[in-house]
Amino acid sequence: MSGMVEKTGRGLWLTHLGLIVGLAFICFPIYLAFVASTVEQQDIVRPPMPLLPGDKFYENYRDALLSGVNAPVWRMLVNSTVMALGIALGKILISLLSAFAIVYFRFPARKLFFWLIFLTLMLPVEVRIVPTYEVAANFGMLNSYSGLILPLIASATATFLFRQFFMTVPDELAEAARVDGAKPMRFFFDILLPMSRTNIAALFVILFIYGWNQYLWPLLVTTDPSMNTIVMGIKQMFPSGDDLANWPVIMATAILAMIPPVAVVIFMQNLFIKGLIETEK
Amino acid sequence: MEKRVTFKGWTLPLLLVLPQVVVTAVFFFWPAGQAIYQSAFIPDPFGLRTQFVGFGNFIFLLTDPYYLASFRTTAVFSVLVTVVSMATALWLAVMADRIIKGSGTYRTLLIWPYAVAPAVAGVLWLFMFNPNVGLVSWYLDVLGYNWNHVLNGNEAMALVVLASAWGRISYNFLFFLAGLQAIPKSVIEAAAIDGARFWKRFWTIIFPLLSPTTFFLLVVNIVYAFFETFGVIHTITAGGPRQDTTILVYKVYADGFVGQDLGSSAAQSVILLVVVGALTIIQFRYIERRVHY
Repeated sequence: MSGMVEKTGRGLWLTHLGLIVGLAFICFPIYLAFVASTVEQQDIVRPPMPLLPGDKFYENYRDALLSGVNAPVWRMLVNSTVMALGIALGKILISLLSAFAIVYFRFPARKLFFWLIFLTLMLPVEVRIVPTYEVAANFGMLNSYSGLILPLIASATATFLFRQFFMTVPDELAEAARVDGAKPMRFFFDILLPMSRTNIAALFVILFIYGWNQYLWPLLVTTDPSMNTIVMGIKQMFPSGDDLANWPVIMATAILAMIPPVAVVIFMQNLFIKGLIETEK
Repeated sequence: MEKRVTFKGWTLPLLLVLPQVVVTAVFFFWPAGQAIYQSAFIPDPFGLRTQFVGFGNFIFLLTDPYYLASFRTTAVFSVLVTVVSMATALWLAVMADRIIKGSGTYRTLLIWPYAVAPAVAGVLWLFMFNPNVGLVSWYLDVLGYNWNHVLNGNEAMALVVLASAWGRISYNFLFFLAGLQAIPKSVIEAAAIDGARFWKRFWTIIFPLLSPTTFFLLVVNIVYAFFETFGVIHTITAGGPRQDTTILVYKVYADGFVGQDLGSSAAQSVILLVVVGALTIIQFRYIERRVHY
């Protein structure tokens, strides 16, 4: 029966061919960046550049990591890591606590709080960029990790997700905890938190990538090159005016900027897909 | 939806929501309020005082040819990014769905560009199409086409669309593949028995059954093109040449930070806020309808 709708023989090979062409289109820009990160500047400025990797891999990556252009790239990698982890963990922490409160307690202003969550659901930082910048500047948060992190955890998407999940946790568990005389926080740590493990992990994957890939906000709050994140730092490596860009080092930096989030997607593929589908639907 | 079993007490829950309330109030509601407030003022030339102008900034914007041009640019850009990335992703998903052996491998290979930041995607495409050193622009030159997106507005638009759409294919592919795999095979087999060829089956059965996924992706991709492509624009064209790739989000940044025109930038933020709000309502409406089916 399956032969009716699944391709065999020539059709199957054409399907594979089509997929491979698509893959080539998708992977080519990254492959070319990798090649550029392994050759000399001379090979690039006299086009066409080679299509096979050269032998300057070590030199280019060492130059990028240890000296870079404005700041050493290792420094930018550290900044990006702190920022991405801070956003992912910070958002998960405050969201877990507040979702626990709105699901498992009846307290004044609970309804109001819930509607405020809805309001923040889809407003990206790009839209309120100037006033948010002023707030960060007034708090003296420019060129600081708290300035990079805090404004980006100020949305309640994660709270909403945890609320949805907590609603599916059977009431009997809370009932049993209450009968046993367990304090609310005991219930939270011993029962709710372990049950939320996969949800937390899936959300972590999505938030880590979100945080790592931020561009506009770090561009505004980090004027000091040693506080630049790697994703926004690449553009800063291009010279203004007519000077020639140091392409091998820039492309090495671009590859380095891709490795952490790509590794997260590949090695945590199932969590990533779960997180993606749950945060969006 | 309410929980039947709850814990007692007021202070503990208030303490629990406190961190989120503080962060959201300081970095979300206060700035959003400021944007609305500032949109009603213009600063004097020395920046010492501001003058109340009511809806003046909005009226100015909505009659400003540059702002209206930016609206048009954003519309063209969003439609192109959405169509290019969704069509490519659908094509790949349909093929991956037809393969039993090895479709997992293709999935792994196709999803990882999701993790590439828009700004990094911008740098990669800029490198390929750089008028002086780019490989693609060099080959275009060999073919007799002189590519220069620094001067040519249409080429600049094509390049930012390609870079933005490229970064989005993985995402759309995942959702399309999930949608395709949810279609019962028996329906398709029945059509095959009736003698319907693949493309006929695709347009009459598969595509209509996929429409919830398609509609969802349409909204999400438009939101992406509106707001999350700032990095692509900033790295590749910086809004140029002239204003040809200045999308609305880029204009908020350019007017607010480069041009220091805070009143206008705030008014633009408010307009974007309304746009996002409208898109959110469309999305929620749609999800609700799907739930109640």
